[in-house]
Amino acid sequence: MRVVLAEDLFLLRDGLVRLLEAYGFEIAAAVESGPELERALAELEPDVAVVDVRLPPTHTDEGLQCALTARRRRPGLPVLVLSQHVEQLYARELLADGSGGVGYLLKDRVFDAEQFVDAVRRVAAGGTAMDPQVIQQLLARRSGDGQGPVERLTPREREVLELMAQGRSNTAIAGKLVVTERAVAKHTANIFVKLGLEVSDDDNRRVLAVLAYLDRDR
Amino acid sequence: MVLAAVRGLVLALAVWPWTVVVYCLALVSLTLIPLGVGLVTTPWVVRAARALADNRRDLARRWCGMHIPSAYRPLPRTANPARRTYALLQDPATWRDLRWLMADTVAGLVTALLPVVLVCYPLEGFALAAGLWRVVTDGSGGPYWYAFVPVGDRTTALAAGALAVLLLVVADRYAVNALGVHFRLTRGLLTPGRAELAERVKVLTDTRRDAVDTSAAELRRIERDLHDGAQARLVAMGMDLGTIELLLDKDPEKARQLLAQARQSSAEALAELRDLVRGIHPPVLAERGLGDAVRALALRLPVPTEVAVELPGRAGAPVESAAYFAVSEVLTNAVKHSGADRIWADLHHAEGHLRISVTDNGRGGAAIGAGSGLAGVERRLGTFDGVLAVSSPAGGPTMVTMEIPCALS
Repeated sequence: MRVVLAEDLFLLRDGLVRLLEAYGFEIAAAVESGPELERALAELEPDVAVVDVRLPPTHTDEGLQCALTARRRRPGLPVLVLSQHVEQLYARELLADGSGGVGYLLKDRVFDAEQFVDAVRRVAAGGTAMDPQVIQQLLARRSGDGQGPVERLTPREREVLELMAQGRSNTAIAGKLVVTERAVAKHTANIFVKLGLEVSDDDNRRVLAVLAYLDRDR
Repeated sequence: MVLAAVRGLVLALAVWPWTVVVYCLALVSLTLIPLGVGLVTTPWVVRAARALADNRRDLARRWCGMHIPSAYRPLPRTANPARRTYALLQDPATWRDLRWLMADTVAGLVTALLPVVLVCYPLEGFALAAGLWRVVTDGSGGPYWYAFVPVGDRTTALAAGALAVLLLVVADRYAVNALGVHFRLTRGLLTPGRAELAERVKVLTDTRRDAVDTSAAELRRIERDLHDGAQARLVAMGMDLGTIELLLDKDPEKARQLLAQARQSSAEALAELRDLVRGIHPPVLAERGLGDAVRALALRLPVPTEVAVELPGRAGAPVESAAYFAVSEVLTNAVKHSGADRIWADLHHAEGHLRISVTDNGRGGAAIGAGSGLAGVERRLGTFDGVLAVSSPAGGPTMVTMEIPCALS
């Protein structure tokens, strides 16, 4: 799997290259600025891009803008965005085209190599990887008034919803919560009924539906 | 020379009519004060006059490199039109603006046209010499006067031409200065007196002290947060790592436990640093500017908040930061105390001011006073000559408006 990596801090870039290579990824390019990233995304046609939000020369949201532009040119181009902070605003922009293949994680998540690599693979396969903090922000907003549909979920269902919204598959959720996959499937079915969403067998579409629901304005 | 003439023409044709309009409106508005109507209109007219004066100050700076100081008191923050008008009429700067408007309607126009005339009059002389003299002397008996030259035939026309050359030389030397006459006149009328400058100095001294105090308190807070938070965690992590080194051979199981703990500490230290950074200068503000930073902030609030932004550019970083924290404080207040279930924030830039309003449909009763967060917001904005106004009748709704004079880039 070919990866384009954009990160301006040398230590982190170097560490990511080594990490991804250790897990069998091929690094097509590891760049450190916005213009280089733009060129690499246009010319190298990677399977997935791992991009820092803030890049030179402007040190603003250059990386995010490059990623969004590249996805407009090539819809569904898998992009995993890393940042020192997560904002629902940015998550919304990444998810706006509804085509999946999007990840948005705190840089801290790199500490857990297994999970990070899993997220990269998921995004490359057209799935989603949203940072737990984003999901918590979404849920906190959803459950402010104490009577919305999210409030009617059982604690277990809420846990499942959180993991599902992060983009994890039923298998992964079952592993994480130490329950059977069938139990998870039952919880998901309940969640979809309680939130009034249409059930879909497609994992990716399911995640996008949940995220769209959580992000909807009340 | 030509540039000076063009600028004079612009002044006379594009700027001067506004003087007349605003001056007339001001007179009408002032006479209508006894009828009550003037109370509502006067603040608007006074502000228009200020904008016009500021525009002329700007032109003076750009065209003649002339600095015309201004010393307006901050706009009164009461919503009551009578008190607003009264406060504005108390400001000597208001009356000075009116005096200037009056002078500008006549003297301003004349001085603006001076360079135009200086440049155009020689042209007429050339035209006469080139043959126009035939046309202008046709039919009528008497000579056509060009300055003091009676133009009647070819010779006198040539004399007029010669005079025109002379005048052109004069114009070349003095046209720029002639435009300067206009701005010197403006400066003479608009420059504040000593008492006003003293008042302005007092305001600046106060706001500077506030700014210094606030930033010192901020630094103390940051120091404490770092000291008790991230720094302490890094110490713990270092100790854990040292112990791990010792245990690696003797007790690998225990070492593994400590490793997990160290990782946990590093994650917590990062989280604390992140919060601290958000409190110093939110990353979205640096990355996207004020509009998106407020949008991102709104998305974190438990109360549904609509944000409307109309900012064609970005304000300077200090202004952005002050405005952001002001909005943040006001929004937090609304969420905590108003009991509102909806909030609206509106940010736009008009007439050289960044204008922000935050409205909620809560129970009202908010006031600027000791101990309320709004007093802090007022101090913060004061550093930038910004003002804060609160309208919050019991029963709501509450509307907080903020204005900071600034330019966008």
